[in-house]
Amino acid sequence: MFVWNVSDWGKRMRISQEIKRKIIQIAAFGYSNTYLQNFANGQLYKGRWKQFCNPGLNCYSCPAARLSCPIGAMQAVSGSMSFNMSFYATGFVLAVGVLFGRAVCGYICPFGLIQELLYRIPAPKKRLWKGFTYIKYILFILFVLLLPVIYTNDLGMGAPAFCEYICPAGTLEGGLPLLAAHPQLRRVVGALFSVKACILVVTLIGCVIICRFFCKVMCPLGAIYGILNKISIYHMEVDEAACISCGKCQTVCPMDVNPSKTPDSTECIRCGKCTVRCPKEALSLKFASGTGRERTLKTF
Amino acid sequence: MGQSKALRHRKQAVRALVFVIAACMTAWGVYRGEVSVVLGKAVNVCLECIGLG
Repeated sequence: MFVWNVSDWGKRMRISQEIKRKIIQIAAFGYSNTYLQNFANGQLYKGRWKQFCNPGLNCYSCPAARLSCPIGAMQAVSGSMSFNMSFYATGFVLAVGVLFGRAVCGYICPFGLIQELLYRIPAPKKRLWKGFTYIKYILFILFVLLLPVIYTNDLGMGAPAFCEYICPAGTLEGGLPLLAAHPQLRRVVGALFSVKACILVVTLIGCVIICRFFCKVMCPLGAIYGILNKISIYHMEVDEAACISCGKCQTVCPMDVNPSKTPDSTECIRCGKCTVRCPKEALSLKFASGTGRERTLKTF
Repeated sequence: MGQSKALRHRKQAVRALVFVIAACMTAWGVYRGEVSVVLGKAVNVCLECIGLG
């Protein structure tokens, strides 16, 4: 006799952690890039939402972009004639980082989603040498903090050095669509854009071979959020009594972290793959209340 | 779990301090007019920002 097993049906219908994350990523990508029609005419969205920063990395010169890139905003203000440092964008990034840490990279960042899709392309997959992960801190200090303030013109204005010389996200989301839409811009393409195009190609190939290559090696925003992972409210906890050190969490980690040893790693993007893989449910992602006795809310 | 109570309290204090500093920085940035600089840069095609200038 057929018996309808409700719990079995519930288990089958339950949306997996990874599907939930992908839904959030796609929703965040869609919200960050609402004005797709602008790709056709090469115009930028000029509305009031552009004064707000996107928590993730999304070029404000992208025709579809609704919000401003926080890294671009930092450089725009610190390189302007009036100011030497952006309190607005830096404060915003710090506040978001204290709340969520690198969960922003794992759930909200539009360029993070692009990288994950690129990694799905069939190709030999490699792990990154850990030393390369420190490059992003050098890029952040040199190109985002120092060069826009130090390397100025006669008017005292500094170039947005990371955007101008490095950012492959800007080349992909802003540079190429604008070049495609505006023939007159193609006449000013020079050596600098060729260098940036090379950086983009290397980054795209890197993302196909190494999961989130840009996040690991180059992203200045990831560098800030990574440091704030140490104190962020959304954090990972390890039940050391339950952990059997089987290493399964490490094998599934896309960021090459060992979550059971370093749950607050600067590289962890809080994707939750390790929490699902753990056979003893020793790992969990939680919001902490910040009071003495930790009150936790299981999310996502 | 695995963390001493003192360490957890210290972490919470740092977290609160950084959040307050971040909120004050954002408010100060808005007050002194940084938002208009960001908006001005973001709504116009910035050749430098895309590596053309």
